[in-house]
Amino acid sequence: MDKEIALEMRGVSKYFGSVTANKNVDLKVYKGEILAVLGENGSGKTTLMNMISGIYFPDEGQTFVNGEEAVIRSPQDAFKHKIGMIHQHFKLVDVFTAAQNIVLGVKNEPKPIDESKNAFLRFFAKIGRKMESGLYKKKEVAAQVKEIADKYGFEIDPKKKIYDMSVSEKQTVEIVKVLYRGANVLILDEPTAVLTPQETEKLFAVLRKMKEDGKSIIIITHKLNEVLAISDRVAVLRKGESVGEIATKDADENKLTELMVGKKVELNIERSLPQNPADRLVIKGLNLKNHDGVKVLDNVSFTAKSGEILGIAGIAGSGQKELLEAIAGLQRLESGDMIFHNPKKDKPVTFFHKDLHRVKELAKAGAFRYENGETVDFTGKSDKEIKELVNDGKVLFKEDEIIDLKDKTPLQIRELGIRLSFVPEDRLGMGLVGNMDIVDNMMLRSYRKGKSVFLDRGKPGKLADEIIEELEVVTPSAHTPVRKLSGGNVQKVLVGREIASAPKVLMAAYPVRGLDINSSYTIYNLLNKQKENGAAVIFVGEDLDVLIELCDRILVIGSGKVTGIVDGRNANKSEIGLLMTKTEGMDENGVESVKEAVNE
Amino acid sequence: MAVFTIIRSAINLGSAFLFGCTGETITEKSGHLNLGIPGVMCMGALGGCRGVALYMKGTDPANINGLLLLLSAMLFCIIYAGATGAIYAFLTVGLRCNQNVTGLTVTTFGIGCSKYFIKSVNTANFNYASESLSRLFPFSSKMNAFWQIFFGQGSLVYIAILIALITAYVFKKTRVGLKLRAVGENPAAADAAGVNVTKYKYCAILIGSAVAGLGGLFYIMDFLHGSWEYDVDSIGWLSVALVIFTLWKPDLGILGSFLFGALRILPTYISFLPRDIAGLLPYVVTVVVLIVTSVLDSKENQPPAALGLAYFREDR
Amino acid sequence: MSETNAKKVREPLFHITKRAALPFWKSTLIKVGGLLLGFLISGILVSALTGKSPFALYASLFKGNFGQEIRIWKLLRETALLLGIGLALLPAFKMKFWNLGADGQVLMGALVTAGLMYKLGPNANSAVVNILMIAGSIAAGVIWAVIPAIFKAKFKTNETLFTLMMNYIAAGITGYMISIWATNGSGTMGTIKYAWLPKLGNDSLLTVIVAVLLTALMFVYLRFTKHGYEISVVGESENTAKYIGINVEKVILRTLVLSGAICGLMGLLMAGSINHTISKTLVESRGFTAVLVVWLANFNPLYMVGTSFLIAFLQNGSSNVVTEFSLNDSSIASIITAVGIFCVIGCEFFIRYKFQLTKKKKEDK
Repeated sequence: MDKEIALEMRGVSKYFGSVTANKNVDLKVYKGEILAVLGENGSGKTTLMNMISGIYFPDEGQTFVNGEEAVIRSPQDAFKHKIGMIHQHFKLVDVFTAAQNIVLGVKNEPKPIDESKNAFLRFFAKIGRKMESGLYKKKEVAAQVKEIADKYGFEIDPKKKIYDMSVSEKQTVEIVKVLYRGANVLILDEPTAVLTPQETEKLFAVLRKMKEDGKSIIIITHKLNEVLAISDRVAVLRKGESVGEIATKDADENKLTELMVGKKVELNIERSLPQNPADRLVIKGLNLKNHDGVKVLDNVSFTAKSGEILGIAGIAGSGQKELLEAIAGLQRLESGDMIFHNPKKDKPVTFFHKDLHRVKELAKAGAFRYENGETVDFTGKSDKEIKELVNDGKVLFKEDEIIDLKDKTPLQIRELGIRLSFVPEDRLGMGLVGNMDIVDNMMLRSYRKGKSVFLDRGKPGKLADEIIEELEVVTPSAHTPVRKLSGGNVQKVLVGREIASAPKVLMAAYPVRGLDINSSYTIYNLLNKQKENGAAVIFVGEDLDVLIELCDRILVIGSGKVTGIVDGRNANKSEIGLLMTKTEGMDENGVESVKEAVNE
Repeated sequence: MAVFTIIRSAINLGSAFLFGCTGETITEKSGHLNLGIPGVMCMGALGGCRGVALYMKGTDPANINGLLLLLSAMLFCIIYAGATGAIYAFLTVGLRCNQNVTGLTVTTFGIGCSKYFIKSVNTANFNYASESLSRLFPFSSKMNAFWQIFFGQGSLVYIAILIALITAYVFKKTRVGLKLRAVGENPAAADAAGVNVTKYKYCAILIGSAVAGLGGLFYIMDFLHGSWEYDVDSIGWLSVALVIFTLWKPDLGILGSFLFGALRILPTYISFLPRDIAGLLPYVVTVVVLIVTSVLDSKENQPPAALGLAYFREDR
Repeated sequence: MSETNAKKVREPLFHITKRAALPFWKSTLIKVGGLLLGFLISGILVSALTGKSPFALYASLFKGNFGQEIRIWKLLRETALLLGIGLALLPAFKMKFWNLGADGQVLMGALVTAGLMYKLGPNANSAVVNILMIAGSIAAGVIWAVIPAIFKAKFKTNETLFTLMMNYIAAGITGYMISIWATNGSGTMGTIKYAWLPKLGNDSLLTVIVAVLLTALMFVYLRFTKHGYEISVVGESENTAKYIGINVEKVILRTLVLSGAICGLMGLLMAGSINHTISKTLVESRGFTAVLVVWLANFNPLYMVGTSFLIAFLQNGSSNVVTEFSLNDSSIASIITAVGIFCVIGCEFFIRYKFQLTKKKKEDK
């Protein structure tokens, strides 16, 4: 091979406390080539790249740029060596414009001065030019940004603030930022995770253009089809070590998976047919505005049925988060109904979630019957007698309960006896408390039980032990703060807690984000099990392949509107991708509009 | 005209707030809430007094060179205040200590030090020095009360306004300002973009402290005419409050400071209220302003997003 | 800037990395080391100022605290006051409500106490007045803490500055009341002779007992009750609290009622049991010192016993240094205290981070 090496790492290691993130890794990338760094989540891809871009400093090992040893102590050093990285979690200042973010930290060389003047004038001209170069001139910068954008075919509005941007726009800003610094080696960390299939194609076109321009591109991913589509060569990492390099033309999915996971894996999700699906949660015409008064949910209607998994697909930030939060009682709706069908017919009333007051109320409304069919009437009965009747299971529901969840707080929802579980996107910021141990996190849902002012840590402790055992959570003990667990184990703790109450509705937002393959499949299996137990599962996902494989139906959401509902068994990716970017909502018969969209 | 006299003194006292407010704003823009500013201002006052004493030592009080006196006072003031700020900077940036605890301790330290060391400063001819410092344009003493508002102030008043304007300009129009704001908003993003976060934090805290320290010097040497008072720290606390009031904008800070100056001056002119109660005016107004700004919160007028958080690049 | 003339940078000798959690004894050792460093620096500082040997300083520090029985009591009382006010701040701090207004809350409690002692004391049964004092001081503390809390809960008004301003307002009101009450022309109250709280042996014991009880109760409250659990959840993440259906506003208000009540109680003790008078500066910024007590103890009520003792020790000891070395200025006490705290918080760096030497693998080519 007569290609020049652009960047090389030799024997690089990095440790975080007792955790080994990278061990003795070697990596090469040539000029004008696209290298894919493949590995599971947690295999140390990002750490390795962060060492090239100056975020982390390696504990051991050397880096060579163009054959010369380079010491990269900071991102500035990386830029000096013409290396730029587009981080997965964009490193942009929200309140700045695109242009401000792009020029941030770049030294503006003063304009040359006219040498014909005398020394005295030159001195002052020099100072003036120097001061001038320190100014931030909007128009000048905007022109420079536009020049780069035109060269590679980006669309970018330099004046737009980052907080007003969609994810793909933010990504464009990140890429232009790196190009503006004249980078020759570009590192992209999971760039396609948040893009639609169409946006991904666009990005790949840009990357190919850059490659032709002689730039070296490193793309981090765990998606095999993308590796095969874009890269020239693949380097595979497993558990922080490099396990092999292979030219893409010699690779196929099986080979790569084997390298990545270390053993042959069957990557199939078993999807059973829904058993006796019945309406569980009927959502009608939800409208919701966010804090800034922007409409985030626009006339959203759908039905989640028992015994099926309803997938929700959409570009990140299209209202998925708000939709789930609205159902869970965390958002104040503008209008709309959320009707919950609680399958209670002929089942005994319990005090598990209903208090005496509520039971009396329902009895007055005539909602209960005795075993012999007689309507329950508590008049004249003392509280003690009522309690005995209920506790003995003698009071039964006449019909399924129909409850409107609108304007109910999460606490009220639970007090109504609705078993609704929610695995939020932000695991440690919402679902769990990072600094508390597993036991205390188990308690989040149940600590109110009982009248005592004191906490009961007994039952949560048992639950914690059960979850640790059954879901194979790797943790030193049940008293370890969850913040210290790895992503997959954190998620097992959260999902474990949420399914412990045998939910009737289970909502999960991006439950496998950042998880390795094994953990991901544990989660898929858990969701499937809940489906088989008759729960209505709502699954918000970003990986369309998984959605298509796992879900019975897929609801597509685009800028807060439902743009289509497709059958999971015969959906295809580009169809969903088109729906994701569609701007009009779905008409009455959703499936029809899908076909139109495809035909367009 | 009494009104003009009040306005003159309001602007005069307001300048002490303005120094403190501008200094704290510069610091907070780098993501550091410096609750040590009251202590820093005490130390600035002490340093300023040292500088004045040093100049006055061999000088005939009748024959003062105003510029040299000012420079000497400012130099020592900046050194003392900067050194105090450096303690805060080293602990919070270098060692990543909690900003609130460090700040409060710096205040304790500054108040203690200034009280202790001011005793050893020879304040003999301070009234002469103060006279020189508190009137930049000698001719203005013959002007009427209205023109005194604009020309009858000490040089430090004009310096305060100038510094606030320059700071506002730097924040808005220059690349340095852009970088500083980025550091306070999102240090990880600034770092990844190649900004030297540590350097910017240190510089902002040190410059901020130096500017705030001038407020202490001004308060003692100009407003109080060279007599040492122990309430410099209350000026400091109000300055910290002003930063929120003025929405982290140094140009707005000029107006806010003068308003606070007026609020603190007014009680001496209000005869129908007991002194203790009238003296509450600035604090009550601060509270009202805090409430009003929080009720009308908006996306742009927010504190720097990373305010109060330590930054460590290798954090995961 | 082409790559060819990019300056060859030297490999850094070491870089800073984050540590895995240290065992308890190691982190304690580091903290003690920080404290010793603090002593060393203040020793050098004081000997530079006074020309005496640092060991004289240490001896004087010790004598100031343990030299006589009365000094030991003073140390205990000071510890108890700092601890008590710290315990008032603790639940609010755990909730990330930065209450810097303990000074004002304590002062209002003390003001009401003194007012009742002064106005009702001469004419009513002491026990009745005492009960009114307890109720009144608690109510005053609660009101002073709850006002900022209401606005924090409803509008997210910045509580740090709000509570700070409330201190000044409390001082102003106190000054005004004294100017009405003090008729002797001196502008100060002097000792109020009526309706003192029951004396247990000496002026200090009651306060110490209250502080000990409060410590135990607060430990149990935060660790084992549902309220305490809710406080932790709200403090760690408001989103989580909402997600599991905690009424955040209610928790903020409830916790600040508790915080203010304890502050009021400490005011009661200061006016009714220790000083028997009231002045604008009665609290002597203990509200701020207590912030340090809580923080240095890492929000643990049991460790707070140690940190409040440490600060009380430094303060009392250094005021003895002032008299013994005839410095005739108490402000050196705050310098010594501050230097001590600088060192203790500074050394925490070494608990969380370490310097890592750079190793380079040699390549055989």
